[in-house]
Amino acid sequence: MSSDKVIYVDNNATTQTDPEVFEAMKPFFCELYGNPSSIHTFGGQVSGHIKKARESLASLLGCEPTEIIFTSCGTESDNSAIMSALHLTPDRRKVVISKVEHPAVKNLGSELVRRGYKVEEIPVDSKGRLDIDRLKQEVNSETAVVSVMWANNETGNIYPVKEIAQIAHQHGAQFHTDAVQAVGKVPMNLSKENIDMLSLSGHKLHAPKGVGALYVKRGVRFRPYIIGGHQERSRRGGTENVASIIALGKAAELAEKNMKIENTKVKALRDKLEAELTSIVPKTRVNGDIDSRLPNTSNISFEFIEGEAILLLMNQLGICASSGSACTTGSLEPSHVLRAMGVPYTAAHGSIRFSLSRFNTEDEIDYIIKKLPPIIERLRQISPYWK
Amino acid sequence: MWDYNKKVMDHFLNPHNVGEIPDADAVGEVGNIRCGDALKLFLKLDPKTKKIVDVKFKTFGCASAIASSSALTELVKGMTLEEAAKVTNKDIVKILGELPEEKLHCSVMGMEALQAAIANYKGEKDAVKDDDHDGVVICKCFGVTDTKIRAVAKENNLHKAEEITNYTKAGGGCGCCLDDIQQILDELWRKEAQKPSKQAPQKLTTVQKVMKVQEVIDKEIKPMLERDGGSIELVDIQGDKVIVRLCGRCASCPASGVTLKNTVQDKLREFVAPELTVEEAK
Repeated sequence: MSSDKVIYVDNNATTQTDPEVFEAMKPFFCELYGNPSSIHTFGGQVSGHIKKARESLASLLGCEPTEIIFTSCGTESDNSAIMSALHLTPDRRKVVISKVEHPAVKNLGSELVRRGYKVEEIPVDSKGRLDIDRLKQEVNSETAVVSVMWANNETGNIYPVKEIAQIAHQHGAQFHTDAVQAVGKVPMNLSKENIDMLSLSGHKLHAPKGVGALYVKRGVRFRPYIIGGHQERSRRGGTENVASIIALGKAAELAEKNMKIENTKVKALRDKLEAELTSIVPKTRVNGDIDSRLPNTSNISFEFIEGEAILLLMNQLGICASSGSACTTGSLEPSHVLRAMGVPYTAAHGSIRFSLSRFNTEDEIDYIIKKLPPIIERLRQISPYWK
Repeated sequence: MWDYNKKVMDHFLNPHNVGEIPDADAVGEVGNIRCGDALKLFLKLDPKTKKIVDVKFKTFGCASAIASSSALTELVKGMTLEEAAKVTNKDIVKILGELPEEKLHCSVMGMEALQAAIANYKGEKDAVKDDDHDGVVICKCFGVTDTKIRAVAKENNLHKAEEITNYTKAGGGCGCCLDDIQQILDELWRKEAQKPSKQAPQKLTTVQKVMKVQEVIDKEIKPMLERDGGSIELVDIQGDKVIVRLCGRCASCPASGVTLKNTVQDKLREFVAPELTVEEAK
């Protein structure tokens, strides 16, 4: 990178570990390194800290601490939930998901098809809203589990999980939601909800990478995915990733405290960025459902140019964002989310996702507003489609 | 993030010859917005010498597409049309030093735009010698034909379907044509391999021998070993002794001695000269 300054607006990819979180986890490497399962006090005392972390996370989610299983990441949580449902009801061979799921669910779906299961992907409309009528048609007595994300990572769209859970339950299916992007931004009170299982990831809410959790509602049957010791009340084998679990607990505590900021300050910055960019730059479009989406995410298409080129020029200025363009991934096809929404190719290739966090400042947003329009103009001057 | 080298980044950040030539003598346009890259090339010729005196481009695409276009314009400036017609995607990559494998299709796009412009100049406006429109469409996602697959495979010595995806995008969408692409390649190289054996055996000069051995290794032996995860390199030829190095899985395979005698030596004796012996490099 040619610039020392880093403006990080890619928080749906990962977040900065909060310095407070880092401080909280530090003692669990070289000092309190005992195994929480040990009988001696040195190790045993660690389990008290894990208990506290579990309580903090439960408080953020509005659930009981016993309903939380710590895992290694969001993907493990997603896999555990869906595979558990399939194991528990072997006569039900169908899984219903949305067309815009994260690869952790989408690609598991493709694998399940190879293993002989039926997987139905429910389409979305041009704003990315789920076709609920279609979902109602597809969920039936064959369905083991319905899994629809709480919020989408690319557009920030929020999905009506309560209504979807109801439909699943009417047919005796379990409901799981990938809430990796929603936790910490959308207030939750799971004890009042009808959600059976929920997946979350630490590194999306200012904890480090390598830790996640799966919520399983009390009374909901669950079959472990990772078989081993008695950890996590025999629901997830493997010695606890203690330091990271402590970090996730601390991050949850901070997220609860900062939830308001996400929905006020962060939202205001996002709205400013989006409004300014779309008014300064001609031929743009905002992808997603602006009436129902996360407060930190904005997905903007700059028509007739290609996303990787935009990102690389932004990178020269230290601005970090991401794109739904094909070229950024080497997949040759633009993002499956934008394609599912029917975003035209003229716009899909030039889509940029900005995802903010509470660490972003107004100065940073102003800097992007100043620096990005000339980049777009420069690439459009090279483009044969720009007249 | 792609690991572009300095040369590619230079051409991307400061592309040469961007723009249009209103009174261009030839215009070539390839790609489309659906595929994620497109290139429009403008050529101006000297009326007497028919040399390319000016060239401009406009490109929709990623950094490597823009860099490839810029490199192409530098390359062809001053060339006659005959010289330009011989430019391949390899020449473009050579100027850039290297491109990530998955981005090689950007250099192919450059070559195609140039060919389209030359065809346009010659008046083959609609009957453009554009491989995209020749033959049967194999990859429906990106509209790539068997003719184009064969041409690119031959030019760049490609044996695997995945390599074709890197160069043409074919098979990179839904992926359901990858088996068909592999079949086309297998057939192509089987036919190519038969070619040298048809020639009457004669005493070879040293240079002829070296070239022939290299050709048989590349076209006949290497693909066979690659199917099992191995590979082979020609190290030296001393008289009738061919010295090779087995790589990949072959290098650690306990049966490599057998491979050497039965596969490599037999093939070389069959296609080049019966008196050859093969040894492994120490």
